[in-house]
Amino acid sequence: MLNASLKELSKQLAEKKLSSVELTSFFLQRIKTLNPDYNAFITINEEMSLAQAINADKMLAVGEGGPLTGIPIAQKDIFCAKGWLTTCGSKMLSNFISPYDAGVIERFNLAGAVNIGKTNMDEFAMGSSNETSYYGIVKNPWDTKAVPGGSSGGAACAVAARLAPAATGTDTGGSIRQPAALCGISGIKPTYGLVSRYGMIAFASSLDQAGPMAKSAEDLALLLNVMVGFDARDSTSLQRAQEDYTSSLERPLSGLRIGLPKEYFAKGMSQDVENAIDKALAEYRKLGAETVEVVLPNAPLSIPVYYVLAPAEASSNLSRFDGVRYGYRAESYSGLADMYRKSRAEGFGPEVKRRILIGTYVLSHGYYDAYYIKAQKLRRLIAQDFAEAYRQCDVIMGPTTPTVAFNLGEKSADPIQMYLSDIYTSAANLTGMPAMSIPIGFGEKNRPVGLHIIGNYFKETQLLNIANQYQRVTDWHLKSAV
Amino acid sequence: MQWEIVIGLEVHTQLSTQSKIFSGASTAYGATPNTQACEVDLALPGVLPVLNKGAVERAIKFGLSVNAKINSPSVFARKNYFYPDLPKGYQISQFELPIVQGGSICMQVNGVEKIVRLTRAHLEEDAGKSLHEDFHDMTGIDLNRAGTPLLEIVSEPDMRSSAEAVAYAKTLHTLVRWIGICDGNMQEGSFRCDANVSVRPVGTEKLGIRCEIKNLNSFRFLEKAIDFEAYRQIEILEEGGTIRQETRLYDANKDETRTMRTKEDANDYRYFPDPDLLPLEITVEWIEQVKQTLPELPQARRDRYMVEFGLSAYDVSVLTASREMADYFDASVKLLPTQAKLCANWIMGEISGRLNKENMEISNCPVKPDDLAALLIRISDGTTSGKVAKTIFESLWLGECGKNVDAIIEAKGLKQISDDCAIEKLVDDVLAANVQQVADYRNGKEKAFNSLIGQIMKAAQGKANPMQVNTILKKKLMEK
Repeated sequence: MLNASLKELSKQLAEKKLSSVELTSFFLQRIKTLNPDYNAFITINEEMSLAQAINADKMLAVGEGGPLTGIPIAQKDIFCAKGWLTTCGSKMLSNFISPYDAGVIERFNLAGAVNIGKTNMDEFAMGSSNETSYYGIVKNPWDTKAVPGGSSGGAACAVAARLAPAATGTDTGGSIRQPAALCGISGIKPTYGLVSRYGMIAFASSLDQAGPMAKSAEDLALLLNVMVGFDARDSTSLQRAQEDYTSSLERPLSGLRIGLPKEYFAKGMSQDVENAIDKALAEYRKLGAETVEVVLPNAPLSIPVYYVLAPAEASSNLSRFDGVRYGYRAESYSGLADMYRKSRAEGFGPEVKRRILIGTYVLSHGYYDAYYIKAQKLRRLIAQDFAEAYRQCDVIMGPTTPTVAFNLGEKSADPIQMYLSDIYTSAANLTGMPAMSIPIGFGEKNRPVGLHIIGNYFKETQLLNIANQYQRVTDWHLKSAV
Repeated sequence: MQWEIVIGLEVHTQLSTQSKIFSGASTAYGATPNTQACEVDLALPGVLPVLNKGAVERAIKFGLSVNAKINSPSVFARKNYFYPDLPKGYQISQFELPIVQGGSICMQVNGVEKIVRLTRAHLEEDAGKSLHEDFHDMTGIDLNRAGTPLLEIVSEPDMRSSAEAVAYAKTLHTLVRWIGICDGNMQEGSFRCDANVSVRPVGTEKLGIRCEIKNLNSFRFLEKAIDFEAYRQIEILEEGGTIRQETRLYDANKDETRTMRTKEDANDYRYFPDPDLLPLEITVEWIEQVKQTLPELPQARRDRYMVEFGLSAYDVSVLTASREMADYFDASVKLLPTQAKLCANWIMGEISGRLNKENMEISNCPVKPDDLAALLIRISDGTTSGKVAKTIFESLWLGECGKNVDAIIEAKGLKQISDDCAIEKLVDDVLAANVQQVADYRNGKEKAFNSLIGQIMKAAQGKANPMQVNTILKKKLMEK
């Protein structure tokens, strides 16, 4: 059960060699034993998880199960789930029990999957190390002195530590791919608009996208099949024909053109990461792919552009957390303004406050054009760079992160250094393109390295094919931290 | 110094959709607090807005009816500020690219036509309500109204008196009800005005510093607030002072405006395009489709009544005060096209008077257009006189005799006497009994004639055909 793929688990469930209750209980037990070491989960609710497992077993008994029926999935605590405490990693929502299900949760429920618990995360998904969570730091299962990455740090840790077979994450600037890379698992951020944002607590609406985190590309494909789909309650949700993301996993890679952006192989990348990337690229050449150098001249501006736009949207998105209707309210205050001030001062952590301040500043009268409008223009230029590059290649590869996982506390005092860990990933959010990270080996201190694969819009099937072909001939994804 | 008052109006019209502009909750007025606020209206974590197509269609309707440009795309923007009845901490509105741009409203002020240009009209959501009474030391929040669709209609500063501002507001009020986009209920806040008022020396071009007066929810308050405010500004300027740009509130009890907030403490709303909503694209086909649903507009109706029926500007403006009234007129005049003036007089006189007395709307009038037409046909064919017709109208109103005009005439014996012999007999009798008056008339006292007519009609219980009485009496008086 521990290392089995989703396909194997599904097969055993369908053949009644295993029940969902057994599987769920197994992981619940593991979480109970090991979560105190990792802190990957904020909330566990055995009763609710087991109720879903019982229901899944009923579906399986009458042969109504699908590929994910009965399989426990760890849900990032950014997704509203009915009856579940939904905190988004913040004191602000430390008392918020959601009265409704997010679109993603609904789709998993419909597929008969089991919610095994809500995973830890950076507060309101703002962070790259999971150190901003109100619920405490999460440890990297490969090395408990290292960060797991963020913001989906709890999710990455849960999969790497085998506390759940798979997990969901969300990615605004790299929040699925960066922790996946640092924890040695696979994760994909789909094209913006494919997965419903309804019920997913907004950080930066034009960048946020949910996606799966799991042990392999094949698992990701099965999870995407459930997660992707039009949702009328999300105006940015795309209406497209349903795609089977497992359909091209086995396609050979001969003739594949891999673009290597000059800018992503410049200084900044550490030697151990570069070594692992070189080996992975060599593997791809063996699989029949060719590599070509491409340029993305504006890509290095991704971080500054991102750190104007994301805080701008966040400053507005987080205005609703005012202590009036739900969530944290200061205990004592005098008057309305004081209630707002104290509730928000006490309810939000320092990183969230920093971003609200930046966002408020860049949207202010007199600064809007110089920051927000300028950033939007650059965003378009970055997208044009990618469009240009895709004329010479099919996908773009590079490192997911410039270094392997850094130590807990190492960057928490230096926001700029922290922000730079998303240097390769945020462009995919700014452009809305799909991108993924897969484990390709180990660097310094035996910490995992991730390969970043960026595709053109709606090329998820191709990305999963490319990742799966690599995983067929290598075993990095099978290495377990525990 | 002579001063000129300059006024521009911002009118918030509540659009008559069943559900809210960005959620499926009901917009019905008057429900128990917070029973019509769904997760989207409450701004729970993770919820998203979805635009109500009906609200867009109503905005398009408005744009078409004022000859404005329908922008495509138009963009929804967030207006950020904190207030307890604003659940998201921002209002979704339109800023740089509103759905409706330009256009104009043509109105009548004291019989003179005047055109007011429109700047724009944009879609936005309403906020909830803060309830300061009933809660000791606390404020209650009712979010039923939060998310109700509004079309904010902004005029150019084209009005020069409170009378013009009221005429504009009334014309707009008629229009939005006419095209069916707003119920116009001012008590319930479906039609709210903010007035921008400034003054300048007559003959100068430069606009004075303006003050905005908020939330004027009746035409009378609009008029009084503008008058007060203009007077206040003129007084300051004449004493050598300067006007401070600010937002003011009108206090109806004291009939004065007072400072609500100054420019210095005005919010920086930090507008930016709402990333949760795509730019709103409106195709030419969609506009064309909406155009098909537009009724004949008040202005067109006015022109037609003048040309087709030769009615006066005054009659026409009364008849087109509401679409229901105009439709009533149309439906009745259709049945006797040659008697438009008679129809108009009856609708403006007897019917309006009676409706007013009963405090009823014309749409609920128990005398339907075809009932009225049937009655008026009997006047024009001489079966009954205008005076007796009022008695018949009363019977129609009360629903007597199955609301059949002829049956009422029959049952009440109200048929007009139009037999010459019978009338001659009546005339002869009256002349015989009033020798003195006959003599007076013949001696040049014209007044005596009317007195004789009166007596003849009285003898006929009002049923004699007045024209015939007139002719026969004249003839008889000439005879001897």
